[in-house]
Amino acid sequence: MYAIIAGGGKVGWNLARELMGKGHEVTLIENDRNRYLTIEQELEHVAQYGDATELWVLERAGIQRAELVVAVTGDDEDNILICQIAREKYLCDRIIARVNNPRNRRWFELLDIQPAVSATDLILRLIEHEVPSYGLVHLLDLRDEKLEIIEVEVTTGAPAAGKPVSAVELPDGALIISVLREDGGFVPKADTMIEAGDEVLLVLDPGLEDAIMEQFAPNGGRPA
Amino acid sequence: MFVLIVGAGRVGSSVARSALAAGHEVSVLDEDPLSHERLDSGMETSWEDSGGLFTVGHAIEADALEEAGIGRADIFIASTDGDNTNLTIAQIAKRGYGVHRVVARIMDPARAAWYAEQGLETICPTKIAIEQFTTVVAG
Repeated sequence: MYAIIAGGGKVGWNLARELMGKGHEVTLIENDRNRYLTIEQELEHVAQYGDATELWVLERAGIQRAELVVAVTGDDEDNILICQIAREKYLCDRIIARVNNPRNRRWFELLDIQPAVSATDLILRLIEHEVPSYGLVHLLDLRDEKLEIIEVEVTTGAPAAGKPVSAVELPDGALIISVLREDGGFVPKADTMIEAGDEVLLVLDPGLEDAIMEQFAPNGGRPA
Repeated sequence: MFVLIVGAGRVGSSVARSALAAGHEVSVLDEDPLSHERLDSGMETSWEDSGGLFTVGHAIEADALEEAGIGRADIFIASTDGDNTNLTIAQIAKRGYGVHRVVARIMDPARAAWYAEQGLETICPTKIAIEQFTTVVAG
């Protein structure tokens, strides 16, 4: 695969190394002269100097044949523009953008720049995962497929607690895929009993979170 | 009409003053509080006393754009010193807030031309300078 990475900061440089290590062809575009010279010592011809929001710089990097464009500069406007131009002018159908400021995520969504990855959001997810008081954790969002995988801790007295899986009232579009209990996790059967304190993993259509919470952790996961 | 101008540099502040003098309601957004001085210069009373609005904030921040009145803007002018900022906020104004008339100043002729083809109204001072210089050289 041929990938163009815009932005030679820590993210871009390491991404270039990893992709090259997997046998992919990579061009890394960096517009700070000193940073470029540092990168170029290691990556040699893979590194190119220039502003990746300029059309001629992208064309020099061979964007017409790029199968993946990753925009990971420190500037959200630049990342939006690079991905927009790559997709709409050069018809590259695989783009990935970095969101530096999570408050800008709505603009990436507005202009349909997806997937957009934010380090802050990823760390927040991990915090939600580590701090159980949040009740419901999004483990994975498959935006294009419109599916998500969530984890919810079953509270004492919740409607699902003490019921077999087959008797839990799940909305259409939700499925229990795994139960984490004490030391391990397992895939439940229809007669597996759900207990308070279990962490239940579900795959569901987006928007069903409230219905799921009602069954497993009413009152937002706080003890009634 | 309500005119929102983002970026109060030489261009933005001049356009703002003309629009105000022409009787429009004018709001200016700039991240630099000192850019206010450019709005005041050459006016008999201060920008606010003359009826102008001024908001300090970053062009791409939703809160700043909304405080500056993007929700009721009839005309949106993107005249910050960054092409990419102008292109991004112009699209936000158009698609996100449905502003009727959106114009962006783009210094790079290549990007200005391509975005114009996509239906975005752009003004490219570089292109105008090139054309004029070329006319001079051609005699």
